[in-house]
Amino acid sequence: MTDTPMIRMAAVDKHFGELHVLKDVNLEVDRGQVVVVLGPSGSGKSTLCRTINRLEPIDSGTIEVDGRALPAEGKALAGLRADVGMVFQSFNLFAHKTVLENVMLAPLKVRKQDKAAAEKNAVRLLERVGIANQKDKYPAQLSGGQQQRVAIARALAMDPKVMLFDEPTSALDPEMVQEVLDVMTTLAKEGMTMLVVTHEMGFARRAAHRVVFMADGEIVEDSTPDDFFTNPSSDRAKDFLGKILTH
Amino acid sequence: MNVLLDNIDLYARGFLGTIELFVVSAIGSLILGAILAAMRVSPVPILRAFGTVYINILRNTPLTLVIFFFAFAYPRLEIYDLSYFTRACIGLILYTAAFVCEVIRSGVNTVPVGQAEASRALGFTFTQTLSQIVLPQAVRNVVPPLANIQIALLKNTTIAAGFSVTEAGGIYQALSERGANVFVGLLWVAVGFLILVVPLTLLQRNLDRRWSTAR
Ligand SMILES: Nc1ncnc2c1ncn2[C@@H]1O[C@H](COP(=O)(O)OP(=O)(O)O)[C@@H](O)[C@H]1O
Ligand SMILES: [Mg+2]
Repeated sequence: MTDTPMIRMAAVDKHFGELHVLKDVNLEVDRGQVVVVLGPSGSGKSTLCRTINRLEPIDSGTIEVDGRALPAEGKALAGLRADVGMVFQSFNLFAHKTVLENVMLAPLKVRKQDKAAAEKNAVRLLERVGIANQKDKYPAQLSGGQQQRVAIARALAMDPKVMLFDEPTSALDPEMVQEVLDVMTTLAKEGMTMLVVTHEMGFARRAAHRVVFMADGEIVEDSTPDDFFTNPSSDRAKDFLGKILTH
Repeated sequence: MNVLLDNIDLYARGFLGTIELFVVSAIGSLILGAILAAMRVSPVPILRAFGTVYINILRNTPLTLVIFFFAFAYPRLEIYDLSYFTRACIGLILYTAAFVCEVIRSGVNTVPVGQAEASRALGFTFTQTLSQIVLPQAVRNVVPPLANIQIALLKNTTIAAGFSVTEAGGIYQALSERGANVFVGLLWVAVGFLILVVPLTLLQRNLDRRWSTAR
């Protein structure tokens, strides 16, 4: 069935102790869709992103990826995570592995690809993110922008069905933001299904099909970028946009 | 010098025994220590409990007792006939692994959680995350204390002399039987141990330098 959404979250609730971080969240992301999640700091964007591959378990509700409910901890969950790419704010490249090894490791160990095929694919992906000439360096020897591009290549090496980005450019120096956004924009144009938490309004306008606005653990708005930026319906979204745009 | 040269056969045999005992026990203790550390950080309560109990017992038992158990008590249990050498290795490994485990565990705490999260997000299982990502980095961060444990192990091999494994610590007995000057003879044993520690120290420095690029 191609009309089941790639991601489906229904009535999802989550607490951290007393704190209610996700409140009755309902969200669907269709195949090939790019959804940008906006919202003030602490509104639950990262948590939302991390529940989709169960890095954070939820209290109640359902989450399905490609029509399959998230399995409990174990082999089946690992199998699902292999199909869901994730890019972190802090890159999280494996510090003891070279750039090439970072990209090859999961295809070798999780997908059991043979070494030659994994290496060929890794080099192709590194070329695609413009970083093949650094493949024998360690992550600590690269700039933040370069590390994040390697992290994207590492996720793509698993041939994921969907990519999750949690503020991929927030830890970068300003001059490196664009090189990462360019890679993401290309991915979006090629039809990758993406859920992107970001504060980059330019990217949201250019690449997103939908904008989801969160505040205090709730999805407050869910609309097209055009609608959201020109005609936000909630006060909280207006307030948020006011603060962002006066920067 | 004479004591050394006149009894060079004794010294050679003794130190060869020491080196054999050390190499087997060192490798064994590193492997068992890593497995115990994995148990100590695992999400499975039974494994964690086993690891904790093991560490608390072995760390608080004098090595002499552990070795005496394998020298005298174990053969009486008549479970499975093992050579003295094997029993000495088992005793040293079981004892040393407790210390290796605790050092590796402290190394695990130095690895940022993002490393394990990235690994899980890629579809690695818990065991793969530990063996591919977390433990290799943890070990790299604790090379100096691990080397200290191995140096202590090297010296602890002399305790195995208490149950007639041929190794350097047992040289003095044979020397006194041959009527040689035992005091000078023991000095040479000490020098021999110093010489054995040098390659360990060099290895430690080398690993430390090589792995620091990745940090
Ligand atoms: N592991 C955690 N334990 C306890 N509280 C947490 C944890 N992670 C996040 N929180 C809290 O949950 C709320 C939402 O956090 P987060 O999802 O990171 O928001 P955002 O990404 O929108 O800034 C915040 O108040 C944060 O302090
Ligand atoms: Mg966040």
